[in-house]
Amino acid sequence: MATETLNPRTWLYPTPRGLYCEPGDFYIDPAFAVPRAVITHGHGDHARPGHRSALATPETLAIMRTRFQDMPDTDQQPLKYGESVRVGEVEVGFAAAGHILGSAQAVLAYKGQRIVVSGDYKRRPDPTCPPFEPVPCDVFITEATFALPVFHHPSDAGEIGKLLRSVETFPERTHLVGVYALGKCQRVIRLLREAGYDQRVWLHGGLLSLCKLYQEHGVDLGDIAPVSEAILETFKGTIVLCPPSALADRWSRRFADPIAAVCSGWMGVRARARQRGAELPLIISDHADWPELTQTLKDVGAPKVWVTHGREEALVHYARGLGIDAEALHLAGREEEDS
Amino acid sequence: MQAFARLLDALSFQPARNAKLRLIETYLRETPDPDRGWALAALTGGLDFPSAKPALLRGFGQEKIGEELFALSYDYVGDLAETLALVWDTDPAAGPPPSLAEVVETLQRATRAQTPAILKRWLDALDSTGRWALLKLLTGALRVGVSARLAKQAAANIGNQPVDAVEEIWHGLEAPYRPLFDWLLQGAPRPQSNAGAAFLPAMLANPIDRAELASLDPAHFRAEWKWDGIRVQVAASGRLKRLYSRAGEDVSGSFPDVIEAIDFEGVFDGELLVRRESGVGPFNDLQQRLNRKTVTPKMLKEHPAHVRLYDVLWLEGQDLRTLTFDERRIRLEAWIALKERPRFDLSPLVTFADWGELAAKREGMRADGIEGLMLKRGDSAYLSGRPKGPWFKWKRDPMLADCVLMYAQRGHGKRSSFYSDFTFGCWRDGVEGGRELAPVGKAYFGFTDEELRWLDKWVRDHTTKRFGPVREVEHKLVLEVAFDGIARSTRHKSGVALRFPRISRIRTDKPAAEADTVDNLLRLLETASLPGVAGNS
Repeated sequence: MATETLNPRTWLYPTPRGLYCEPGDFYIDPAFAVPRAVITHGHGDHARPGHRSALATPETLAIMRTRFQDMPDTDQQPLKYGESVRVGEVEVGFAAAGHILGSAQAVLAYKGQRIVVSGDYKRRPDPTCPPFEPVPCDVFITEATFALPVFHHPSDAGEIGKLLRSVETFPERTHLVGVYALGKCQRVIRLLREAGYDQRVWLHGGLLSLCKLYQEHGVDLGDIAPVSEAILETFKGTIVLCPPSALADRWSRRFADPIAAVCSGWMGVRARARQRGAELPLIISDHADWPELTQTLKDVGAPKVWVTHGREEALVHYARGLGIDAEALHLAGREEEDS
Repeated sequence: MQAFARLLDALSFQPARNAKLRLIETYLRETPDPDRGWALAALTGGLDFPSAKPALLRGFGQEKIGEELFALSYDYVGDLAETLALVWDTDPAAGPPPSLAEVVETLQRATRAQTPAILKRWLDALDSTGRWALLKLLTGALRVGVSARLAKQAAANIGNQPVDAVEEIWHGLEAPYRPLFDWLLQGAPRPQSNAGAAFLPAMLANPIDRAELASLDPAHFRAEWKWDGIRVQVAASGRLKRLYSRAGEDVSGSFPDVIEAIDFEGVFDGELLVRRESGVGPFNDLQQRLNRKTVTPKMLKEHPAHVRLYDVLWLEGQDLRTLTFDERRIRLEAWIALKERPRFDLSPLVTFADWGELAAKREGMRADGIEGLMLKRGDSAYLSGRPKGPWFKWKRDPMLADCVLMYAQRGHGKRSSFYSDFTFGCWRDGVEGGRELAPVGKAYFGFTDEELRWLDKWVRDHTTKRFGPVREVEHKLVLEVAFDGIARSTRHKSGVALRFPRISRIRTDKPAAEADTVDNLLRLLETASLPGVAGNS
């Protein structure tokens, strides 16, 4: 399917505002408001408000409306997984990325060449979204958040088991679990339910609206309630979810001798877990770990790979060892916080 | 091994003492012999086998993922054992992971040449936490914030025994401690103590001040100087000669000079000091000798250790602890008089008729190496722990300095949402003219809960920079800092190190520019080191 003569960098390249597709005149996950944006998923460093038009999955658009006051000034163009639409001279389609609800890889076809912008992704099953779908392509653009051989995320069930064992060991304390509001929160609740935990899960107010949205999309979160509605509740032996920043915030003082648990892929490295003040680090990540990243390079079989945000150096080194033409692609405005 | 690994993992992230205890207790209760015994040995520092060299681990890692990727990984993680544990893959074909007993018993028998192959098989079979724990065990440093005392406390707790009951028999036990667990959990008889070189739990004193003294009858009490060293117990029986910290940790290895000088049998209570011909050195001198794995001849010569004795617990095969202080003192003085021993001497009694006279003597004493007075009832038996009433410590009034708050760091556990660790500084001349603050110490207590809430808010409202959990604040708030001693230090930027600093008052009334200078502190150092007083004995 590749055309020998066409250099992909002539039609898709990084700019200070974000990754720009010239023949389609759109940006992918731009860091600033632009006339035309294609959005892979709803996390803050990918989805920003103020675009004149935004093409995304219906779920991602719903997430953006929840976060950005309905976005009345943005022309919202929903596109389902597996469907495609013509934007300028480029055919744009979406394939599931397995990262969070609505997350997609943008599949761009132009003059017989196909580039897949994977956005953020993971390969292991996630009860809150469909799994990553490998799409054969000429250029694969991959994230590299956890692109070092030290990142082998253990099984989710094992990590949730750690949390439940701790609740058993310290029944008089509150387990405060730091989770990112979009994706991690709802996935952790689902994982708790799958592990048989059927008690009420308490939530920090900042997590409510997105949980409601997930429920509307058919994700059963069981008995959840905001902390602010608690009456005569001591929170002893309970599990309370909150954004990571709230763990060390004055907000946390209302709980019974809380244990700070943090759910993140970074928790696999002890120094990072300590920096975050985690007493109970849980390695639950919405990003691919090293085995998943390297397996994905093999699955999509792209002769060219561009590596963005994270530890590009190690993945580029590895890909070149496989005979892939790999290079780092530096994009503006990417953050680690949601990992 | 996996259960032990999970325990170490949880301990390494848990800052609170009670929670650490709970974790160890749960493990000891749920884990069968002999694994739990080996775990207790590991936590109390009682395991010893040929350790793995860093080069071996590095070689393993490079073999696994190549030099380049291993270098990038190590660079990111910063800890060799952890890096290797993370990059190694679990091999499902490697069979079940080894038990802790298998690991310990195999390593104790294995030759250096056999170790690498054995190690690889275990790394294949364990998960990453298991590998991390195994490599920590092998490299000899667990670093999970558990003292030997805490581990013994946990063991005692599972049998509802006081920790001293475990401590007294501890040095007669050997890993994996099956008789200990039989006693604690199965109701078997208590293992016998090997009297003599066993540690006998120490008797501790309560603090007292001048006002509280008024209600006590001076005739009932004896006074001694409170030496600014380390409380130790010297225990010798037959060929066994040991030096214990007051918590029962065997510190013999760091003080071969004292151990060699033991030519007697018995158990004595005393203060470990550095003593030269010129007199007793400051606490800082003693610090040079602490926690050293190897003791160099130079260190032995420059910082010679000495024990000043103030009590005798066991002599000539007889337990003296039920005798009164006065009766023990007569035995101690008689024993000392029998033979001159350069490394051991007697802590003298300080005579006084009434509290006023004693207070005057305490005021007049500014010597290095003395931090106040001990008061002991003449009729007190030697009891373990900190009984209320028989013994008191009447510390010298602390030194004070007005310092400026520079940085604050969030605390742990209950204090994790509070800025509760404070770094403060004093003024000195800046390199480029003007004055600058040099940090002189760090304190995380001394304030009330209410003051803590006030300080926390002040820090949040006056932050200028953030570095992770640390905030730099405007140089505006003066804290009165109390401390028990001061020494020169090459490790601190300011050149001084404070002993036991704590926040005594928040001085919102004082402008920061009027806080103390480093030079003021250095002057305190000079008055604190007046010569000549150490010859008090």
